Amino acid sequence: MYIYDDFDLTLVAERVAEFRDQVARRLSGELNEEEFKPLRLMNGVYLQLHAYMLRVAIPYGTLSSKQLRALAHIGRRYDRNYGHFTTRQNIQFNWIKLSDLPDVMADLAEAGLHGMQTSGNCVRNVTTDQWAGVAPDEIEDPRVWAEILRQHSTLHPEFSYLPRKFKIALTAAATDRAAVRVHDIGLRLHKNGTGETGFEVMVGGGLGRTPFIGKTIKPFLPKRDFLSYIEAILRVYNQYGRRDNIYKARIKILVHELGAEKFAAEVEAEWRNIKDGALALDPAFVADIAARFRYPDYKALSDNPIELKRARAADPKFEGWFRNSVTPHRTPGYAIVTLSLKPEGAPPGDATSEQMDAIADLADRYSFGEIRVGHEQNLALPHVAQRNLPALWEALDAVGVATPNVNLVSDIIACPGLDYCSLANARAIPVAQELSRRFKSLDTQREIGRLHINISGCINACGHHHIGHIGILGVEKNGQEFYQITLGGRADENAELGALLGPAVPYAEVAEAIEDVVAAYVELRERPNELFVDTVKRVGIEPFKERVYATR
Amino acid sequence: MTAPSQQKLKVQGAAVITANRLSDGAVVYRTAAGAWTTQLADAAVVTGTQAAKELLARAAADENIAVGAYVAPVDVGADRIEPGNLRERIRVAGPTFSLPACIAG
Ligand code: SF4
Repeated sequence: MYIYDDFDLTLVAERVAEFRDQVARRLSGELNEEEFKPLRLMNGVYLQLHAYMLRVAIPYGTLSSKQLRALAHIGRRYDRNYGHFTTRQNIQFNWIKLSDLPDVMADLAEAGLHGMQTSGNCVRNVTTDQWAGVAPDEIEDPRVWAEILRQHSTLHPEFSYLPRKFKIALTAAATDRAAVRVHDIGLRLHKNGTGETGFEVMVGGGLGRTPFIGKTIKPFLPKRDFLSYIEAILRVYNQYGRRDNIYKARIKILVHELGAEKFAAEVEAEWRNIKDGALALDPAFVADIAARFRYPDYKALSDNPIELKRARAADPKFEGWFRNSVTPHRTPGYAIVTLSLKPEGAPPGDATSEQMDAIADLADRYSFGEIRVGHEQNLALPHVAQRNLPALWEALDAVGVATPNVNLVSDIIACPGLDYCSLANARAIPVAQELSRRFKSLDTQREIGRLHINISGCINACGHHHIGHIGILGVEKNGQEFYQITLGGRADENAELGALLGPAVPYAEVAEAIEDVVAAYVELRERPNELFVDTVKRVGIEPFKERVYATR
Repeated sequence: MTAPSQQKLKVQGAAVITANRLSDGAVVYRTAAGAWTTQLADAAVVTGTQAAKELLARAAADENIAVGAYVAPVDVGADRIEPGNLRERIRVAGPTFSLPACIAG
């Protein structure tokens, strides 16, 4: 966990007082909507179809049990007893009253939580690997760098009115779990030929109307230059980014129009002026931030304890969950446990207040009080002693978060879509629900293997459909919901955008079309463990097209 | 993706003016008396672009009570008014599935 200092707590408390005053002035009519809207957006407050929505940041996906209880409390006291975990390490409350919001924010602030940097044209909540600090395949904890960026970008006057929103993601592991290649800036910590650790810097990735995979403009950036170089990128963007056309305002368009080389040259020129100034990072400062991340006092345990072996041998259900949802930890005797928020037939990423409270209690009991939030809309307990896994599994199962479908076809990522969102063309959640019912058999899911379905209710792509192995995008045709299907996208270190399968299919047929795609894959794959995306790459989309459209 | 409030106004058939209540975001409709109601049945129904524009202009000026006013299509039956498209049906009835709190009890 990162321990906030007094500066952060004061900043958040001041923001609550400011917002209380702004809400009072709006409700009295002293501020009009045009004046108030940017103020509420700076605090993560949107107006959706039926109510206000509050988005709360979960910096780098790390939550304490106290914070998760605070979120449960917000759901219970001010909302409809649940929250929705998003694809960007945030949580959203969908039924908040404006008149309650100052109190909501005050309650959140007590737990060090807030909605800053969750909306508006600023540097958004910096995201990273949800297994940061515990994954065996990472070279160091990327959250230290995410925190440095958070401190630097929060309320940064130069970057509070960028041409458009700005999303940064970081990874330090061999496997990219943070989708860094589809962010405005993606950063990958790695070692160069001499063994020094630094960053590969990618820019101009992004989804939405015009999707792009980020381009590497700096293969190796030394750590001392981390802030100055990012600042240089933001300055170039701030200067040249298009403010005249919202569809062309993201940095990806600038990088595309200038070309990555020219863009990189602009950044270099800007960087030369600032690289040896105040932004050059002092190792002592970095060490100070790193020291604020507290790691648990792990016990000296060994892997594969007898309690675990026994449970695995005795109970096939436990064994199925263990193989699916438990991942190796960097510390012997411990494990990372993913909690599926995708039970059969439920809206992806939703958790009730009771579930959040129960998970907080289990985190205290089994995970040193810590919870993680991933962009796949699942949670994780990052520090579980392997000998406690059988007891934890029973407890998780009792609250409905032990469905062993992590990374399988029913572990669907979906945006809120037309059921909540005022920008939507079509629903996303009911499509996910229907698919999870159709693929409910765990045997079938295991046989299909790893397969990511991503659904967005409009071209804004909050459900990241372009990088789903199967992407589903809701469009509107003559007032009816239709869905475009893309195949072959992926979000990992080999990120790719999916290819369009063919004409959009109507709501009533989309689940069946996906079943056809999956059936075709099972027939076409060369071996049982050939990934869906690899099969698509090998055979192209034609055979899938034939299968889906032959009868339509 | 264009929100109804940003669309060029061309109204064919019957329509109402809808918005979200400032204080809590609740879906509201403009009444003939110039007030707001949460009941679609009590909304003022207009036909044609001109009438919709006039009602919208008055409603939009009342943004300290309700925000984001726009024209929404309705189907008028013998004894009731129904929302004219899926978006408006969802605004009246809520999400098209049970909320999670109801599933988990
Ligand atoms: S993708 Fe579109 S419908 Fe889905 S949440 Fe984003 S803006 Fe709303």
